[in-house]
Amino acid sequence: MDFDDTAEEAAFRAEARAWLRANVPTEYEADLRSSPFGRIALRNRDIVAASKAWQKRKAEAGWACLHWPKDYGGRGASPIERVIWQQEEGIYSKLSSLFIVGHGMCGPTVMAYADEAQKRRYLPPLAAGEEIWCQLFSEPACGSDLAGLRTRAEPDGDDWVVNGQKIWTSHAHLSDYGILLTRTDPTVPKHKGLTMFFLDMRSPGVEIRPIRQGDGQAEFNEVYFTDVRIPDAQRLGRPGEGWSVALTTLMNERLSIGAVMPTGFPEMLAFCCTPGPDGRAPVDDSAVRKRLARWAARSSGLRFTAQRSISAMSRGNMPGPENSIGKLVAGTMMQEIAGYALELMGPAGMIAGGQFQAMMLRSPATRVEGGTDEILRNIIAERVLGLPADIRVDKDVPFNQIARTG
Amino acid sequence: MNFDFSDEQRELRDQVRRFLAQHASPRSAIAAGGHDPALWRGMAELGLLGIAIPEEYGGAGAGYLELCVVAEEVGRALAPVPFSSSACLAAEFILQAGSEAQKRAWLPRLADGTAIAVFAAVEGVGDAAPDRIAATVSGGRLTGIKSPVLDGGVADLGIVAARGADGIGLYLVDLRGAGVARSGLDSMDPTRSLVEIRFEGAPAEPLGEAGWDTVERMLDRAAVPLAFEQVGGADRALEMARDYALERVAFGRPIGSFQAVKHMLADMYVSATLARSNAYWAAWALATDAAELGQAAASARVSATEAFGHCARNNIQVHGGMGFTWEFDCHLFYRRAALLATALGGPALWEDRLVAQLRAA
Ligand SMILES: Cc1cc2nc3c(=O)[nH]c(=O)nc-3n(C[C@H](O)[C@H](O)[C@H](O)COP(=O)(O)OP(=O)(O)OC[C@H]3O[C@@H](n4cnc5c(N)ncnc54)[C@H](O)[C@@H]3O)c2cc1C
Repeated sequence: MDFDDTAEEAAFRAEARAWLRANVPTEYEADLRSSPFGRIALRNRDIVAASKAWQKRKAEAGWACLHWPKDYGGRGASPIERVIWQQEEGIYSKLSSLFIVGHGMCGPTVMAYADEAQKRRYLPPLAAGEEIWCQLFSEPACGSDLAGLRTRAEPDGDDWVVNGQKIWTSHAHLSDYGILLTRTDPTVPKHKGLTMFFLDMRSPGVEIRPIRQGDGQAEFNEVYFTDVRIPDAQRLGRPGEGWSVALTTLMNERLSIGAVMPTGFPEMLAFCCTPGPDGRAPVDDSAVRKRLARWAARSSGLRFTAQRSISAMSRGNMPGPENSIGKLVAGTMMQEIAGYALELMGPAGMIAGGQFQAMMLRSPATRVEGGTDEILRNIIAERVLGLPADIRVDKDVPFNQIARTG
Repeated sequence: MNFDFSDEQRELRDQVRRFLAQHASPRSAIAAGGHDPALWRGMAELGLLGIAIPEEYGGAGAGYLELCVVAEEVGRALAPVPFSSSACLAAEFILQAGSEAQKRAWLPRLADGTAIAVFAAVEGVGDAAPDRIAATVSGGRLTGIKSPVLDGGVADLGIVAARGADGIGLYLVDLRGAGVARSGLDSMDPTRSLVEIRFEGAPAEPLGEAGWDTVERMLDRAAVPLAFEQVGGADRALEMARDYALERVAFGRPIGSFQAVKHMLADMYVSATLARSNAYWAAWALATDAAELGQAAASARVSATEAFGHCARNNIQVHGGMGFTWEFDCHLFYRRAALLATALGGPALWEDRLVAQLRAA
């Protein structure tokens, strides 16, 4: 057990730090610091342009997608080096939110299933932030029950023709490419008739409509497909194997560990230690200290849980479903923290615009996106603790015979 | 960076787990007043009691990570022995604050199990604090009442906090000697002894130059293995609940297939895992005397208390009526969780220590 860097790790950290010191866009520092959760805004520059520029600068120096092979735009770094980098990049990692889906999920799926020429064509610009990717999985009728999706892809010569609708697609409106899960055979049970593709988001027949979110932002979208043609060469995995390809994608989501989810705790601690006009700070109250301590322990627990999985990976273990913990704990924790901060503010808590108000408004999404709290608990119960799977009435029924409403 | 125990430490864990599975029987220790002397001797023979005591004082000189490994297993097995009181807390007081002569006199005996030592500071309701200590020392004689003292019924040596001419000091008192009277208290956890000790002019020797600041330091150092003991208990309670959920059938299905039960177990897993991760951090901080020991120890303690309480409660819930019987071990874990939650100062004390550390950081 050693929570300190080894000599090589320290050298790597020093190298990362030196490069960062010379290269970070300090002009955004203040804005990044003050941007509340989920609402990054820069005063003098478009956030997309700034994010792309920073990603590009990192890529040119070999600091993008560190764990990817060099040939595909990465650095071939170890899991621990990746964590070190994340620690050092600090506040500037806020400029990477646009790329999370592409780097964390689309890229690894392409890496696992595309042919060599495609990997060399698509992965480096993805790593460098020149091209943005999105994930077209969820549909109006199915999110948690992803395998129930209805978007159809039918073969036609060397192409597939896609019709249907996706929803909640983060950053589709900014994306160049997307990975798309479709139904290619409705006559077999639902998990068996799926096929994965990647496509150019500018293909004819793709229509993207932004959705305004409950927090007022508009980062996710509806995406409609009308006779969209996708070349068969852009199929990822064999026809009918889309489910296992999707599981690769979702498993890679778990590989994005080490990057600890924000919880709002540092902000809360600072807030509670700041004295009001009467000289008293919330932390002077023992009830506040009790909550702070519980949150502090949860937040360090999350940090070291993530780091323990890195150690497990370094020993050659695959990151397992136990990594579902991070989002499960962080989402609720931020919601609780935000709610309590608002209570402590009294009536002033009613005024939107502050950081805790932003957390209050955004945190419900954390508990839904990428697997709801309930689905994560199921995953832990079934795959970590070995409890029986839920009863599924539609599992072995051909998809086109499943009764449906909604 | 490496956030895990080494292969040797895992081997030690497996060895201790096997040994305790065979020899630790919390139930049979109830009638014996909350201590199993045979088990204690067995642990001594394996070198577990002095595992963190340097070899020059008769210990194994392995280290604090190893001490934590053993503590976790003690917690899992609900071992009815004064491991946390004697091997983790009292031995640490003597090692860190005792004079050379005191170390030579006591540490070998604590390591070979021929003596048991406890720290006695609390006097009635509330956590120990300097202004709550009424026991006094003058002319080398100690007078006062300490209650409750965990594992005090089986101890030979007390490290007693008392007020002397220069404020609060710590004193070694022979609990089998003159001027000491012990009466048993009904323990929440009958697998661990709890007593009241009355001192009436008992001969007392200052522990080095220790004062209350020593107590503060030792609390951090002992909180780490104690957190491991709690994590071990939490893990075992979770395992019991999981096993029962797989085996018990209701409405034609194993109860573990009901989501309400699955999610309860998933939440237990989450709190046990967070507690384990904090405990690892604290173990490293203790083993390396890291500057963040205070914060890590308090985090581990807060987290472990929460996890053990949570897992022990829900373990009973998953077992239904069976969980509330004397026959099933569920209540023993529940009792141990309650006991350990306050043994080294209650949650409020550790929460305050944690926040104080965060503010200072
Ligand atoms: C901000 C945000 C960004 C997103 N980005 C993307 C994206 O980029 N690409 C993409 O494909 N999707 C995206 N999603 C969609 C997201 O993955 C789904 O919303 C999520 O999986 C839940 O699906 P649903 O909305 O259909 O809810 P439902 O599945 O209808 O769930 C509704 C409720 O029922 C519960 N429930 C459902 N099934 C079970 C069960 N078996 N057991 C217990 N409870 C159950 C859920 O937990 C939830 O509480 C995004 C969502 C959000 C909020």
